[in-house]
Parts: sequence; C-alpha cells; structure tokens
Amino acid sequence: MLGLRAAKHQSFGGLLMRHTVLLAFFLMLSAFAWAQTSGKQLFDSHCARCHGIGGTGGEGPSLTRLVLQHAGDDEALSSVIVNGIPNSDMPGNWMLGTNDVKAVAEYVRSLGRAEEEPLPGDAENGRRLYEGKGACNVCHIVAGEGGVIGPDLSNIGIVRGLAHLREALVAPGANVALNYVVVTARTKDGKELKGHRVNEDSFTVQLRDESGRYHSLDKLELASFEKKIGESLMPSYEGELTLEELDDLVSYLSSMRGEP
Amino acid sequence: MRHLFLVIAWGLWASLALGLAPGLALGQVTYERILNADKEPGNWLTYSGNYSSHRYSPLDAITRDNVASLRPVWVFQTGGGGSLETSPIVVDGIMYITRPPGTVIALDVRTGRTLWSWSRPMPEKLLTLGFPRTNRGVAILGETLYYGTLDSYVVALDASSGAVRWEKEVADNALGYSITAAPLAVKDKIIVGISGGEAGVRGFLDAYDAATGERLWRLWTVPGEGEPGNDTWGGDSWKTGGATTWLTGSYDPDTNLLYWGTGNPAPDWNGDSRPGDNLYSCSLIAVDLDTGTLEWHFQFTPHDVHDWDANQIPILVDANLGGETRKMVAMANRNAFFYLIDRTSGEFLLANPYAKQTWAKEIDETGRPVVLPDTEPTEEGNLLWPSLQGATNWFSPSYSPRTKMLYVAVREMSSYYFKAESVYEPGTSFLGGGERALQGDDAAGAIRALDISTGEVKWEFRQHSPPWAGVLSTAGDLVFAGTEEGNFFALDAESGEPLWHFQTGDDVRSNPIAFEIDGKQHIAVAAGQVLFVFGL
Repeated sequence: MLGLRAAKHQSFGGLLMRHTVLLAFFLMLSAFAWAQTSGKQLFDSHCARCHGIGGTGGEGPSLTRLVLQHAGDDEALSSVIVNGIPNSDMPGNWMLGTNDVKAVAEYVRSLGRAEEEPLPGDAENGRRLYEGKGACNVCHIVAGEGGVIGPDLSNIGIVRGLAHLREALVAPGANVALNYVVVTARTKDGKELKGHRVNEDSFTVQLRDESGRYHSLDKLELASFEKKIGESLMPSYEGELTLEELDDLVSYLSSMRGEP
Repeated sequence: MRHLFLVIAWGLWASLALGLAPGLALGQVTYERILNADKEPGNWLTYSGNYSSHRYSPLDAITRDNVASLRPVWVFQTGGGGSLETSPIVVDGIMYITRPPGTVIALDVRTGRTLWSWSRPMPEKLLTLGFPRTNRGVAILGETLYYGTLDSYVVALDASSGAVRWEKEVADNALGYSITAAPLAVKDKIIVGISGGEAGVRGFLDAYDAATGERLWRLWTVPGEGEPGNDTWGGDSWKTGGATTWLTGSYDPDTNLLYWGTGNPAPDWNGDSRPGDNLYSCSLIAVDLDTGTLEWHFQFTPHDVHDWDANQIPILVDANLGGETRKMVAMANRNAFFYLIDRTSGEFLLANPYAKQTWAKEIDETGRPVVLPDTEPTEEGNLLWPSLQGATNWFSPSYSPRTKMLYVAVREMSSYYFKAESVYEPGTSFLGGGERALQGDDAAGAIRALDISTGEVKWEFRQHSPPWAGVLSTAGDLVFAGTEEGNFFALDAESGEPLWHFQTGDDVRSNPIAFEIDGKQHIAVAAGQVLFVFGL
C-alpha cells in the first residue's frame, strides 16, 4: 500500500520539479549555502512517520491542502516546523538548519498545491454504513450526535489521511493515541477495571471505562496494572465489511471536515 | 563606606552563626565558606551544593518517617519566559533564582516575596542554536552574584540590590556563542562555560577576575594549530569543532584542578569533515585553576556522531576501589556508561553501562569504547540506544556519602539518527543530520542508584517517561526527583521505595536543593514557570 501511494506521488513530479527549480533559484539569491538534502528527503525522514509519505496524512494531519490550520503564512509554517505546536503531538525540529527548514516548508507548500488524493469509494454509502451496519455512531460523536467512548470524528478528515483511516478500521489497535491506550487494572480488593488511559504519570493513572466513568487510581495501591499496547476497545471491521464497503466508509470519514 | 558595610555584614553573619534571629542581612560569601559549604547546610552556596558537586544536603530533619507530611510552604510564579531550569542559591535568608531569557530574582526565603529583580534586555537577533532559551542559575562570591547571559556576557550584580557592578562580553553571540550554565566561583575567579556547539563555534573555558571582570585565562577546548591534539581533526575542521563547556564543573582544592565536561564535536551527526578523535570533545578536562593549563583529559566518546556531549556533572569522590581509597571523579555519561577516573592523574579506572545502549560492545581497558559496526547515522535513519538526549543529560545526579550511591535520573529512549550534508556558515546551525526519537510508551525513565565503587545498579524507581529533572539526596536518607508529568517525589535512598509525591502541575525540569528557613529544613524545586518550596 505504501508503494502504491509512493507511485501516486510521482504523478505530480512535474509540479515538484518546477518548485525545485524555483527553490534553487531562491536559495542562490539568499546569503545561505544550499544544504544538499532536499525538502522531500528531509520530510520523508522527519515528518512522514506522522504526516505520511507525500503528506497524505497518518497519525498527523494530511498536508495536501492549501490552507494549513496552524501555518497561515510561510513564516508561521517555518515556526511550526522548528518549534512544533504547543499542547499537540507536533514536536519541534530544532536540529533542522535554516536552509533545511526553508526546504521542508517549500516542499509542504508544494503538497498543498498538488491535487488531493481522490476518495476511493462512495462517501454517501459510507454515511449509511457509518450509522447502519458499522454502528460507528454508538461510540463516536460527529457534529454533536453519537456516543463518546471513542474520539470525536467531526474533523477526522482533516487530521487523518486515507491510509490511516483504513488502518484504523481494519487494525484499530495498530496506532492508538496516547490517551486511548487500553489499560487494565486490578485493585488490591479485587476490583477489575478496563478502559482508556486518559492520562498517566509515575504515580497515578486516570482511567475511563466503557461506560464513560472516570477512575482515579494510585499505581502503588494497585495489585496489577497493564498497558495493552496494540489493542483497542474498537472492534476490527476486517471481514465485517466488504472491501468496497471499507472504501466507502473511508471516503465518508475523509469527508468529515468539520462542516455541518 | 564599603568597609563599614563589610563590618556590619560580618557582624550579622557572626550573629547568624551564633544562631541568633536571622534577618535579611547579607553575609560575605567567602571562598572559605563555599569550600566548607557542607558545614552550613542551611544555605546552598554553589550550583551543585559543594565543589565536589554532590548535590547532597547534610540536613536530616526531613526523614523517611516524616516525609509523607511534606507540603508546599510557598510558591513563586515567575510569570512567563519559559520553563525554569534554575537551580537556586540560598544565602542567609535570601534565595537567588533566574528566569529565562535574562532575569535574576532575589526572594525572601521565609515568604517567597521579591526583594529585587533585574533583567537584561535580550537583543532582537539573539542566537540560541540547538538549545532552549534557558538559564540554570547564578554563582555568588563576596557580596556579588555572577550570571551568564544568553547573549554571551558575564554580569556581576550586587547581591543586596541587583545593581550591576560590571559586565563583560565573553564571546560573539552572532557566531552562536551563548551562556546557559551557572558560573563557578572559586577563590578570586569566576569560571564560565560556553554554549554554541550546534552553531559550530570553537569551545573554550574562561576565568574572570571576580572583582574587575578582567579575563584571566582562556583554555580552548579544541587545540589550535601546532598544539597537541590538533591532529585529531581533519583540515580546518578544528576551527568549527564545538566541544563547548555548557554545564558547571567541579573543583578540588587539593589538586587545585577544575573538572569540566565538554560537548559534542561539530557538525553533530556527520563526522566526515572531521576525521580523527576530535580532541577535546566529549571529554572530561582537568584544568589548573591558577593558569588555565590543561593538566589531563579523558575522552568518553572519541569522534562522536550522536551528539553525546559529556556535559554532565563530574562527581568528586574518595571511595574504595579494589581495597584502597582512591581520589576519583565519577561521571554517569550521556553515552550510557558510568565512569570512574583517577582525579589526580586522569587514569581510567572502570566503566559500566547504567542504561540500555546499542552502540558499543564494551569499554576497553584504556577507557576507549569498542564501537559496534553500523552504528553511524545514515540518510535513511539508524535506530540506536540511547537517544540523542542520552541516557542522562545536564540535570544533576546526586551522591550521598551516607549510602555511597550515585543517584542518576536516567532516560531509556532510542532514536533514529540521520546523516545529512552540512556546510558551515557563521551564525547558523551546523548539524549534519538529526534524530527522531521513539516517544510515548516506547520510552521510559528511571532514578537509578549506582554503587559508587562499581557502577552496579543497586535499585531503580521507574518513571513514566524520560525525565529532565535532577536529583537531590539528603542526610535524612531521602532522594528527591521530578518527572515530565509534574510529579515531584521522594524515595528511600537505601531501597528506592517511593515515600511521598506531589503534583506540581507542570514539567519538572530543574534541580532540587535543600536549605533552612528559620532553622527548619526545606526543599525547593522549579516546575514549569513556578518555584515551589516544601516543608514539614
């Protein structure tokens, strides 16, 4: 799948080439030396783990959009690359030099001007599956409607790319956000608890069970405490939905961009 | 007038020493007082508590039995400027802390109320390449505080008023030189270390006349042409070689040597332009206090390509080794090995890993690492333990002479190391690559207690994530430390059993200290932008 996406990425190679020429010209004008590493290379090694190869999104948002929420202009984009975004998973990249930051920023901008990856299926049918066969709304809220055990999906099309959405449906435990890690705990008086680890420090853990109830636990007071890395409270839809239905559901999820 | 003040100050100091009512009077902090800091544990007179850098308090009123009752007595909100990494100094009822980017604050230790505050405006084009805009504290000598600035000056401030006595430019900030470390005051000298390795500066250690600010000597940590060690660099690479001295060192009056760690060679992750060992990067240097002469060096990581600076605290200990008491310097190094070195001769004594590492087969009998193949950074990224930030970093360890254990805050974390091209341009980052650390539940932290004579791990207390906070041990057989999740906590120094913890509400990224208010033991630590003081 990764290979397929990489091949698609080649289709806007011509556009990239134009920008590379522009970028080279700009850097020749600047007083700085041109770092040999290109923006794409740097992006692939530093950013693609979360934003996906070609910026199509993953654990981090897709960047194949002209307007980026935290980077309205080039200066803001450079600042986000260097300093990260406070109170988010976006880390700073202080080790990138001035020219490297420029190269990455220019590459990210080029992604926004490229055509967005087309939806793989029928989003309207995906909506029906979401509320019907998939019953996603039992656990997820969208635009104020639905359950709250899982994450709010109102903006999921902005913050997650197609590949990540598909993975979340077929292997929901593969990539779990830190505050949705499944944990089990047993108190010294024998009470068993299972739920999402909402927060954790060296002494305490805050657990939210499947009924939505919070439990404030002192680790030292527990008989056992276990992180179920690789697990999710969400069931896998592999085999439950056909490949076509999965495409439709992914398309519907990707269309959720916070618009009413 | 000045003479009269001295007489009054001495009188007040004498009254304090006699246990009379303490006021906010300032005593002379002589060299002899700092040298004998352990004899006045109610104060905290130098960055690491004493010249041996033990960060150990002889105060024993807070014990394993009563620490559960520890509670905040006051907090001081510095109000902006970024996370505090300051290690307070406490002298005769006054606490001195720093707040980034350029403020020194004097507080009444009884109440936390401000006595004075002094700020240095930072230039618009301030360069701090490769590190946060932070500061780790001040030094005091006589009636004067000494403070290193991000724009690379040393400033002498009157300790009673915050008025500037003198200031001196140490190096050119436009090249990336900067100061974050607390200076070290010894005899009549102020020893100043420098930051800027990620900008490709050439490192040095400086000594200034405490009274006048005149520079007395400078030791370049990268040897110049014709000097021994210059041949461990290729071509002109020594001119941009890094090896900066960005953390406070130690001092032994018997050898009259300063012990100071040096940083990584530049560029960090691409060593192609600097073939050789790159002396004296990633080393411990022993420097004659009077002349600035390099007496000996020990290099932990020759030709480093992972940014494993040796800017950790050198702990001076006289301890048993193979049946005899040796004068040693101990260091838990960023490269994940614990070292013992003879502090008279520089002879390597032993090394043992204290954290997970995948880069060296072992340390050979000369102290040189036997580096495993395929551990260099690559274009695609090469996964290795420890991470770029190392198995530990600048935050202080603590040595308790009671338990003979070294308490180290350990980072168990790995990184993909990347290699890239890098061309030196003055005043820009000179890195040659980067890292991507494995975070979240892939990483963890610990406080580990190491036997000072062997480095053997006697116990550990696991932390949720890799820490950025230092450790304090006390004669109450307690170890205090902090976490990235805001916990400040106390462990049993003998067993590691957790005895008390407090949620500060923000990252603890500083070093704790102990001192007295009205004759009672207290503990201070900074978390986020707030300084906390705890007491029974």
